[in-house]
Amino acid sequence: MAATVETVDQVRALADDKYKYGFVTDIEADTAPKGLDESTVRFISAKKEEPEWLLEWRLKAYRQWLTMPEPEWAKVDFPAIDYQDAYYFSAPKTTEAPKSLDEVDPELLRTYEKLGIPLREQEMLAGVAVDAVFDSVSVATTFRHKLAEKGVIFCSISEAIKDYPDLVKKYLGSVVPYGDNKHACLNSAVFTDGSFVYIPKGVRCPMELSTYFRINAANTGQFERTLIIADEGSYVSYLEGCTAPMRDENQLHAAVVELIVLDDAEIKYSTVQNWYPGDENGVGGIYNFVTKRGACRGKNSKISWTQVETGSAVTWKYPSCILQGDNSVGEFYSIAITNNMQQADTGTKMIHLGKNTTSRIIAKGISAGKSQSTYRGLVRMGAKAKGARNYTQCDSLLIGDKCGAHTVPYIESRNSSAQIEHEATTSKISEDQLFYCRQRGIGEEDAVALVVNGFCREVLQQLPMEFAVEAQKLVGISLEGSVG
Amino acid sequence: MLEIKNLHADVEGKAILRGINLTIQPGEVHAIMGPNGSGKSTLAHVISGRDGYDVTEGEVLYHGKNILEMEPEERAGEGVFLAFQYPVEIPGVTNTTFMKEALNSIRKYRGEDELDAMQFMKVIREKTKQLGVSNDMLKRAVNVGFSGGEKKRNDILQMAILEPSLAILDETDSGLDIDALKTVADGVNLLRSPENATLVITHYQRLLDYIVPDFVHVLAKGRIVKSGDKTLAQELEKKGYAEFTDQAA
Amino acid sequence: MKQDNVMTTPFVSQYDNLKQALPGYSQPWMTTLRDRAMESFTQAGLPTQRRESWKYTNLRGLQQLELTERALEPQPISIDRAPSLLPEGTAHRVVFVNGGFRPDLSDLAGLPEGVIVGSVADLAEREPQRVEALLAAHSDVEDQPLVALNTAFMRDGLLLELEAGRKLDRVLEVIHVNSAENGVFAHNARNLISLGAGSEATILEHHTGLNGTAYYINAANDMTLAEDATLRHYRIQAEGTNAVHTSTMNGHLSGNSFYDGYTLSIGAALSRNETNMKLTAAGARCHLNGGYLMRDKQHCDTTTVVDHLSPQTSCREVFKGVLDDRSRGVFQGRIVVHPEAQQTDGHQLNKVLLLTDTAEINAKPELEIYADDVKCSHGCSAGEVDHDALFYLRSRGLSETSAKALLIQAFLAESVSEIGKEELQDLFLEKISDWLAI
Repeated sequence: MAATVETVDQVRALADDKYKYGFVTDIEADTAPKGLDESTVRFISAKKEEPEWLLEWRLKAYRQWLTMPEPEWAKVDFPAIDYQDAYYFSAPKTTEAPKSLDEVDPELLRTYEKLGIPLREQEMLAGVAVDAVFDSVSVATTFRHKLAEKGVIFCSISEAIKDYPDLVKKYLGSVVPYGDNKHACLNSAVFTDGSFVYIPKGVRCPMELSTYFRINAANTGQFERTLIIADEGSYVSYLEGCTAPMRDENQLHAAVVELIVLDDAEIKYSTVQNWYPGDENGVGGIYNFVTKRGACRGKNSKISWTQVETGSAVTWKYPSCILQGDNSVGEFYSIAITNNMQQADTGTKMIHLGKNTTSRIIAKGISAGKSQSTYRGLVRMGAKAKGARNYTQCDSLLIGDKCGAHTVPYIESRNSSAQIEHEATTSKISEDQLFYCRQRGIGEEDAVALVVNGFCREVLQQLPMEFAVEAQKLVGISLEGSVG
Repeated sequence: MLEIKNLHADVEGKAILRGINLTIQPGEVHAIMGPNGSGKSTLAHVISGRDGYDVTEGEVLYHGKNILEMEPEERAGEGVFLAFQYPVEIPGVTNTTFMKEALNSIRKYRGEDELDAMQFMKVIREKTKQLGVSNDMLKRAVNVGFSGGEKKRNDILQMAILEPSLAILDETDSGLDIDALKTVADGVNLLRSPENATLVITHYQRLLDYIVPDFVHVLAKGRIVKSGDKTLAQELEKKGYAEFTDQAA
Repeated sequence: MKQDNVMTTPFVSQYDNLKQALPGYSQPWMTTLRDRAMESFTQAGLPTQRRESWKYTNLRGLQQLELTERALEPQPISIDRAPSLLPEGTAHRVVFVNGGFRPDLSDLAGLPEGVIVGSVADLAEREPQRVEALLAAHSDVEDQPLVALNTAFMRDGLLLELEAGRKLDRVLEVIHVNSAENGVFAHNARNLISLGAGSEATILEHHTGLNGTAYYINAANDMTLAEDATLRHYRIQAEGTNAVHTSTMNGHLSGNSFYDGYTLSIGAALSRNETNMKLTAAGARCHLNGGYLMRDKQHCDTTTVVDHLSPQTSCREVFKGVLDDRSRGVFQGRIVVHPEAQQTDGHQLNKVLLLTDTAEINAKPELEIYADDVKCSHGCSAGEVDHDALFYLRSRGLSETSAKALLIQAFLAESVSEIGKEELQDLFLEKISDWLAI
């Protein structure tokens, strides 16, 4: 017991400057007037020179949003959001979109370097293409030409709307309809940018694609929209990272991600979410309300979600798979770490519709401080999902006696030949393990980090190599500052 | 190098150690024997700094420093190593990662440069070869799915890598068959040197056939009631502990 | 909070007309209690699927019973023998027919001193203070509409009280026989059980519907176990196939007390068996086990909530379900470890076999943990009979039907073996064999 108490005390003693991404970039921004009404939606659409159909779609979403209740079922508690007290559009002020990195504001490039995403070096050194989204707009996409040789489209969604209207029109909202839930509905009305990816038939994307999201401006919501289409027989691995400055007020992030996977194609989608979590008293931090859903439309298609969630004051997020195609596969690997006053309600939905569809869920929750962490998941076997399989393993680890860890799975089967297996455990970090490490010379914080990383190993292994090490460090950093 | 003076320790308000005095010099092997509940493991845990024990009196000096005030990892940095009676499983953490983390922590404590992956692998290869441990054990998670013998051997491998100046073997022989016992003893003997000392804690004499002690102490009811050379261990094997428990009461 | 859809007919309309005829009317406290419960029920209505704890069970089926005003006054039926499951002379016996106590069919001879077994209706008149004390221990009707309904209309049920240190050496068999041959009825059965410190009792409770006619049983059970008390409580729900059966058991377990429960559900068109256990002091243990075997269009909901309110408490649950035809099973199991409830053990298992593609299982095992030094787990699985095992048995000469039945029985036996009073296990296995027709 005592060691854990000490651990918890250390956590309290640690200043919050552990959040090393908490700086603000001083940059001139072009901002829509505060508040939200139809004119805000029109302003955004006009600013982006969008076609009429998209404006109409946004307006329909906005009108429905007005009528929708806030989702209340999640185990998170926060004051009602004042939607009129935020800005819905903020863009770094440049006269025109940059044609190449040389035209990007050097202040912005420095920001990304500080974040460990040097857009230039990245372009030259690592085999990763990056789309950087700053507040509401995409500021740079690297490696575009190399990707174009293979026919891969990787650009901001704003550009895609202009350059590939047919693809966007066909798939936007086809997995997450605008009326899906209140947050997705808001996003549909006011989304400002995000990434667009199209992998053509039979192409294995030659490099990792990555989007880096950054909220910078104060009082600004971020509503990005990502759309990824993997055409028949293609493969892509995509990673997103997110950070924000430390601010006293809560900022809203309501994103939507839609994945479409056709026959024999695969999308691997990894997230390292490190939005500012607020301070130890729960002041500030991002409200991270994200709707992520993928449709395995084709036979033998596959979607694999991996997420490392360490940031945000409140997380509400359920990356899901609709397994329509026969033999399609859905995976969800998750690490959710909460500390101080953070709250996370996250999990997945695996909807089995096709024959012999399989899904696998591995969720690891770590709660420390006074935080609350909930796994919430649904596995549904439809009447036609003959021979479908699901395996779910949820493990929770508690550090300190003021936090909570909860598991709320929904298991629904309408098919006798479908097999579902669900297991969940909850335990605390073991004193024996800590002492064993410390007797071998490893300091207490490092010992906690080591044990927790071991606890998360199955999930960390799923991350692309380039990011696994980073994620492991992030777990360590969160543990220094948050689990400690 | 190790001086234990009038050490008293409680567990949950109950006195377990009731005035231990013991001095160990470099190069020596001491054995502490005693019946169950005599305080053998408590002594090992108090020296290495495990939670849950209240030292009510006395001190433990190591190279002249009072180590009772130190955190367990600082004591490890000072060169104290405990081979566990029940080595702990750490799922998901490979032996290699664990030992690298441990070795570099200790080097850092001593103000030495940390080893990079290449240098560390060199150390590992050398030690595994020396002890005849298979490399396959390195890739597995720490003690997870290990047999009793493998766990103990893993502890000895860690000892070889961390090169402590004082090794405490806490009932390392428990649950081992004779072959495993020999392997473990060989490992310990291989690591003996004029600078290092070993404290063997055991219930049975058989381990001492392989790790031959310079001194044997009998612990009963929290006190050392008799000290002698290795013949004392043989005597105990014949007569049992009854005489000493009566004496201590 | 949204107002639930109010389905209250005919209960609300009949309450004022009926209340004078309900037992205990002479006691003002009783009427106050009923009035308060009725008010609460009127506000909440019957639970609907909008309530998270009723997500998978719809009580609309109750409306098909077409309960009339008369239905709230169950009519007696003539019956001259109780369908006992235990040999004559080996058990104490209490019999209720259409909810009413039948002393003529009961056998309470030779009850030990300090053991009270009787009818709640009877005792409400003769020893009101005893009933009052037992009801007061569980007067929370605010969040349980069905308990509120029961409290407003309760007519009769079992009262079992053991003084400290008393042991009921024979099994207490509680038989409920129901039949709607004299008209559709709704009965609110209230059972009050209180075990004094260190006392011990075993109850075998079974509910039987005599024919296919329809009726509604809404039972509420209040159970209090003092320190070191042990209650073994084994139940068989074999209501008539058109009946609706809802049962809510609320238990308070004190230090080192032990509740060992097993419920076999095979009857009723629609049933819900909800158990709420509060483990209030160190050493309290509860075992909640059961099996549900459903066919045709039956629907069975098993809901358990175990609140660990004190350190060093434990619970263990093993439930097995077998669903045939178009039947539906629901399993909701919640383990809540409150702050301070350190060193808690909570383990739960729910396994289901679906025998057809039209059967359906909805499960929601839930852990809610607010303390760190705990060991909690749940497991849940759904699937069909193991093909390999089936093939193995058939290759040894068994027919497919009997091989399947054998495997299903083995599957269910795992939960039956949890029954602490081992001599009663066979009785449950027999019931299972009967259901499987082997």
